[in-house]
Amino acid sequence: MSERRHLGLQVSTWAVIGFLHIPILIVFLYAFTTESSAFTFPPPGFTLDWFGVAWNNGDVRDAMWLSMRVAATATAIALVMGSMAAAAVWRRRFFGREAVSLFIVLPIALPGIVTGIALRSAISIGGIPFSFWTIVIGHATFAVAIAYNNVVARMRRTSTSLLEASADLGANGWQTFRHVLLPQIRPALIAGGMLAFALSFDEIIVTTFTAGNQQTLPIWMFSSLVRPRQRPITNVVALAVVAITFIPIVLATRLTRGSEGQA
Amino acid sequence: MTTDARATRLTTRISVALHRRPRLRLALLLGLPMLWVVGVYGGSLIALLSQSFFSLDDFSGTVDHTLTLDTWGDLFTDSNISIAIRTTLMATAVTIGSAIIAFPIAYYAVRYAGKRLRALFFVLILIPLWSSYLVRVYSWKLILAREGILFWFIDKLHLNVLLDAALATPVIGGPSLSASALGQFIVFVYIWLPYMILPIHAALDRVPRSYLEASADLGARPIQTFRTVTWPLAIPGIAAGSIFTFSLTLGDYIIPTIIGDSSPFVGLAIYSYQGVAGNLPLAAAFTFFPIVIMGIYLYIARRAGAFEAL
Repeated sequence: MSERRHLGLQVSTWAVIGFLHIPILIVFLYAFTTESSAFTFPPPGFTLDWFGVAWNNGDVRDAMWLSMRVAATATAIALVMGSMAAAAVWRRRFFGREAVSLFIVLPIALPGIVTGIALRSAISIGGIPFSFWTIVIGHATFAVAIAYNNVVARMRRTSTSLLEASADLGANGWQTFRHVLLPQIRPALIAGGMLAFALSFDEIIVTTFTAGNQQTLPIWMFSSLVRPRQRPITNVVALAVVAITFIPIVLATRLTRGSEGQA
Repeated sequence: MTTDARATRLTTRISVALHRRPRLRLALLLGLPMLWVVGVYGGSLIALLSQSFFSLDDFSGTVDHTLTLDTWGDLFTDSNISIAIRTTLMATAVTIGSAIIAFPIAYYAVRYAGKRLRALFFVLILIPLWSSYLVRVYSWKLILAREGILFWFIDKLHLNVLLDAALATPVIGGPSLSASALGQFIVFVYIWLPYMILPIHAALDRVPRSYLEASADLGARPIQTFRTVTWPLAIPGIAAGSIFTFSLTLGDYIIPTIIGDSSPFVGLAIYSYQGVAGNLPLAAAFTFFPIVIMGIYLYIARRAGAFEAL
């Protein structure tokens, strides 16, 4: 009886894991199909041609380049601000400390659409023209929360006695930061940065409200889904987006896991 | 060498000065981030609120910046309320569906799987979460399409009768799976499922083995142990997972745009009011629905102990 229940659980578990993974594999499969207009299954043949076609598409290249620049800029801003805020709340208790940490993580706690429409309202009221920077501001707002979370978690595990020892040995604040604190929090900075980059690269809801007519890669994809134009290119772009978001996150988790093992 | 020494002397002087003035140091550290979150983000939230007290000039199609309650009056029309109700119902269905699918897998991973298998499960649940959200929604467009993969399998297995019956059902049915509430439900569950599995897994993982042994020692049958020990301790995990599935469904507009019978959702309504209609004040007021519904939901979830399980 209990053996059979166990078996039932096992089968349903693997079924759910299949359910979670097969759709992603299907996107990969369709990136190689020879068919150009329909989603026929099974694909009639396989080809690598669409990769070249996608690469030579100016819209796709521009969108990819814009997404890369936005993600890199938002990540840089997030790392600096997130670390500063984390350092501020780390060792000192002060009035409003809880409020500070709540307010920093609020953009990832509220639904993306609320953040998006809020920024859109500010842009409209301020009469600010849409630009590269309006997109970056939207992305950095939630990226700061991610960087902050990573760095603050790492700092909590860092013993302050190391900093005191450094000061006792005559190092000044900057030297202590560079030679003691920075090496300690470096894995968190790299992990937080990669996570922020990947999420920014994939972000669409906030971007829709802050981009105006500019196209990031997710916006290009979304518009080509609503009005299907070049399906094979969309399939290739989908594959590229998964690769670009997936690789940094895998590296980030490996890094944090490795450093936890040492600590 | 001398410039190096001079630089060191300078940084020492600054750091001593800052050490003597902890408030100044705090202000320097917090100034920029606070300017960002309070200035940019807080300012935006205030702008959102004030935007809802403006109105759209019907003639020029531009926003009239005189304060008025007209937009709030426009908000509570029958069609807007029915959009909010339909979205809430979908969010509820998705939450219940996710919990039913997530529980057995989390239970199996915690109770029966060995150490290595558990680590593997963990990665296999996380991978979909890490893959692009938009691509995962897109994949279902490929799967649910008329000529797509699911129909091919259903046809091979001669299950067309079942599918036709499901599609003929009012409310959940439609012309095809990709244009029905049923298809929409499947995609929502697929996308948010990992957010439900992980907190349940964490909650079950925290149930001490000794509790289960004590229960068995006291003569409880496995089913009694499950009902009186495991299940009550799993509820906070389910409540925590439900916050994600519920909130994410409530605010999403990508899935209702790509999959489904094009009946509007809250997110879609906000999106189209600000975009196509150019009525930013009404879009801003419309965020009132998800914020209030989430507020009520979080209140209930907190009473179920969801925050201790996060």
